[in-house]
This record gives sequence, structure tokens and C-alpha cells, in this order.
Amino acid sequence: MGERMVHEEEKLEGFETRILGIKDEIAREEFTAKLTRIRKEIRELRNGLDLLDKVQGAVSEGQKELADEVQEKNIKEGEQVQNNLDSPNQIDRRRRLGTCGLDNKSCSTGVFASGHSMSADMIRRYSRQLLVPAFGVSGQEKLSKSSVLVVGMGGLGSPVALYLAASGVGKLGLVDNDVVELSNLHRQIIHTEGFIGQTKVSSAVSACLGVNSSLKVKEYGNGLNAANAVQIISQYDVVVDATDNLPTRYIINDACVATGKPLVSGAALGLEGQLTVYNHKNGPCYRCLFPTPQPVSTRQRCSDNGVLGVVPGIIGAFQALEAIKLASGVGETLNSRMLLLDALSTRIHMVRLRGRNSECVSCGDAPQILASNLWEYDYERFTQSTLSEEEPKPQNLIAKEDRVSAEELQKYLESGKAYVLLDVRDPHEYAISSLSNSLNIPLSSLKEKLPVLRSALLDSSGKLVNGDHSVQTEQLVEDDRRGWFRMSGRRIN
Amino acid sequence: MKLTLEFGGGLELLFGSVKIHKVDVPPPEGETKITVKHLLFWIRNNLLKERPEMFLKEKSVRPGVLVLINDCDWELCGMTEAVLEEKDSVVFISTLHGG
Repeated sequence: MGERMVHEEEKLEGFETRILGIKDEIAREEFTAKLTRIRKEIRELRNGLDLLDKVQGAVSEGQKELADEVQEKNIKEGEQVQNNLDSPNQIDRRRRLGTCGLDNKSCSTGVFASGHSMSADMIRRYSRQLLVPAFGVSGQEKLSKSSVLVVGMGGLGSPVALYLAASGVGKLGLVDNDVVELSNLHRQIIHTEGFIGQTKVSSAVSACLGVNSSLKVKEYGNGLNAANAVQIISQYDVVVDATDNLPTRYIINDACVATGKPLVSGAALGLEGQLTVYNHKNGPCYRCLFPTPQPVSTRQRCSDNGVLGVVPGIIGAFQALEAIKLASGVGETLNSRMLLLDALSTRIHMVRLRGRNSECVSCGDAPQILASNLWEYDYERFTQSTLSEEEPKPQNLIAKEDRVSAEELQKYLESGKAYVLLDVRDPHEYAISSLSNSLNIPLSSLKEKLPVLRSALLDSSGKLVNGDHSVQTEQLVEDDRRGWFRMSGRRIN
Repeated sequence: MKLTLEFGGGLELLFGSVKIHKVDVPPPEGETKITVKHLLFWIRNNLLKERPEMFLKEKSVRPGVLVLINDCDWELCGMTEAVLEEKDSVVFISTLHGG
């Protein structure tokens, strides 16, 4: 077929001579550009046809082999097949023989009779990964018969779901109970503006089917919890944890251990990412590594600490890779190892992790959390947080009567009285949005910069505006870092 | 003993937002060996700028912190009793769960 294209290219040379003879410069350039474009398209078409030739060559070779094999077996088993119609194995065999077809005709109808179950459409779609020797037809077939559950359709889950859908996983389950917001779009690349306000799962399903309409996909819009985790997870071969909160991470882990599923776990925040595979090949589970949950006060959230969009993208892409390898049985996965990404300096640490802990309450020799009782485990109490993105940290606030509301502040500012408006947020937060005529001294350096504040107060009216202010400031420095100033800063904004 | 310490996953905020610290840690008086336990005390007294409870709990690191000695989980090396050697790298990383 490729040869025909060579002929077409030769014909184009005749056109070129004619085009060069055109006197009008603009018209000549226009035709030359068109010709270049057509040449490029022909070249691409030729490459495609060459590939198809290769694939078809391989397929017909496989067909011949299979036909010989089948014929031989048929002769041997022919009688038996007819006599044992009730045996499911035999019926299945007959069915397979029937759909495989033994002649070349079936190829033209799109069903290849080779040693595999892939259709011509599948071969065309996945040709580039079929050509990867380590993956090949057997990897693709296993992948297409496998099922993967992705929990969380956020920054991590977006690339995971898209890559799994594109790569031809058999069944994809998508879990999330959230809706798409504008502030998600910088990192949750599966969602588009048109889906703002709609559920993340419906948006993700639509995107995945847009990439691969042959995908079997199931959505779970109520999210994962202790009551439904075992039932949902037991229906899949591989589970991907792409969530953003601690209790759900423990639930997924325990349910994966209880049902014997490998768990691809990823996390990203700020400019850092972490990735590992739990509960696989005698490696540790999440609880082996973290038997005690991290204290609430030390946890960070994307909505407080920020995250550069591409960081969860990188970790999510890695998660998709690990899930594909687990589902297709190809390569070496990240069990008992952890990948640590420092995106700011583009450094990756690969670290060796401990093995499974025989005393682990989840995966140990005498586990306490089982498929049968997992539903009654109080994960929210265990982690002291709810099943959504981490709750804000408890704030050590000053008394209500000591606070100033935005309305009160506005009235005060409009009254024309002298004032110093101190904003104690960090400089990068102040840069996003601030009130005019405010003074930014981050709370962490307020103590050492008190003289600056005092002189600002004196400058503002030649005397202290309010005798209490300096006293209050000293007091506030001793207060919790996330105390009143930060809260009032937020409210004012 | 010259060691490279690295803090990540947000722990660097407790160390002046500096991730990598090249340090020279003297052994405890009358001893030649330096264990991770001694290193933790040394960090607390010499390096930690604020809020020690965000890093330590009792005589170890707080829950949610992974300690890696030469890129290896400290559980495999003896945890607080692990003996350090010249030019070892010790990484303290807080687990993340954002997504």
C-alpha cells in the first residue's frame, strides 16, 4: 500500500514544475505552500500504511499458525465437542473458534484471527504500545481484561484516569463526591470550564469517553467510605489512591488489604510529591508505615499551602504507570520503595522501605481490621478529621469582642481618623491581595520588627492612636501563629 | 562527624525553610559513636528554629515523619539506635496527603 503513495508523490513533481512557472508571486507561494502540505500528508499516510502492512503481515502469519493448530485440535476433539455441549469449557471453546474465524474473510470484517482477542480497531488504537517489546500484545490483552479503581478525581486522579482510559484498561471505576470549581482547573486537568458546578465524576467520565469511547467506565459519585469501601474495591484488580485526606487514605488501605488488592498511592503538595505501591509482594501497607496518624496540627492542605499544578500531574502520571504495570503484569513496580519528588530543584529520591509489619493491625499476621468489620471502624475519630479535604486546623482565636469586623473597619477608615492597618500574613499571601495603606509585617518576624510598628503608629498621628495597641501587639505575638490577625486578614479580603 | 541532613514535606519550614543542611555533629561526651537518637537531640538543640512538637514526640520523631538513612527506611537500620557514619545522609520527610 505504501508503494501507491510513492506513485502519488511522483505525480506531485509534475505539479511542482507547473507551479514554479506561475508568474504571480503571491499565487506561486500559495501553491508552493499547499504542495508542501500535501507532501507532508502523503508522507504521514505512507508511514501509517507501512505500519498497517507490518501489523497485517504479523497477523496473517499468526492466523496461519492458529488455523493449523485449531484444525489439528478440531480433528482430535471434534467428536467430543459435539457430545459435550453441556460442558461450559467446551461451549466457550466453540464460541471462541466461531468468533476467531479461520479464513481471511474475517479480517476484512474487522476481526483478526490471531493468537489474541484484539480487534482491528484495537490494534490500530494501541499500535504504538503494542510495538513496545516489553509490553506488546500480551501486556495489552491483560490490561484490556483488567479493572482499575481510581479514588479521587482531583490533581492526581486527573492524569491517572486519562492515561488509563487512553491506554485501554478494561474497566475503569472513578470515585469522587465533589463538584468542579474554578480553582481546581489549574491542576485537575481532566475537568474543563464547561463542567464547573457539575460533579467531578460526571466530568471525568465524559473526558475519558471522549478519549476512548470503547472504555467501560463506572462512576461512584457518593465517594468512598467505611461502609462501601470493601464492596466497591473488591470489584477491581488494582486501586489508585488519588485522594486528598487522611481518613480516606486509611480506609482505602484497609479495604485493599482486606480484599488483597495492590494499592498505588500518590500525594502532592506545594512543590513536592510522594509515590509508592502498598500491599504488594510482601511490601508494607500504609499502616505499616504510618500506624499512628499524623497530628492534625501538622497537616498541610492544598487550599492553605498551595500546589503547583504540574506537580500532582507528574505524580499522577507515575501512578498511571504503576497501575498499568500492575494490571498488565509487566515490569517491576514500586512496592517496598518510595519515590520522593522535589520539583523545585528537579530531584527524585528513590528510597527503600521497610517490609510488611507482622504486627500491623491491617496486614499483619493477626489482622484486626477485616473485610467483615471494616465498616464499623471509626476512621474520622482515628484520624481526628472528616472524609473531605482536611478541615482547617483548630485556631487559637482571640475573644470576639476584641475583633474588628470588615464593616467596622470600613467605617473607621472612612471616618478620617488616623490609623495603622497591620497585615501579618506572609509576603506571598499579601502580594495576592491586600488593603491599600496597610503595613505588612509577617507574624513570624513581628516580634523583632515591633519598633517598625511603633514608629508607624507614632507617624500616623504624632502619637499613639490607641494606647492599647502596642500592648495588644505584644500579646498577639505570643498567640498562635494562625491567630486573630490571619483570620481578620482573610475576612477583610 | 560530617552529615548531610535534609528536611522535606513541609518540615523544612521548621528549619528556616532550608531543605539541605551540611552539619558537623560532635559525639556525646565520652563516646565516639553517634546514634540517630543523639542526632535528634542535637537537631532539637542546634538546628530547630520553632515548634519542636511539629518534629519530635517523646524521644523520637512525631507520627507521619519518615526517616531515611542513606535513602533507606530507618526501620531497616535500627531506628533511633542506628549508628551513623561519616558523610551519611539523613532525610526527614513528612508524609503528604494532598491530591
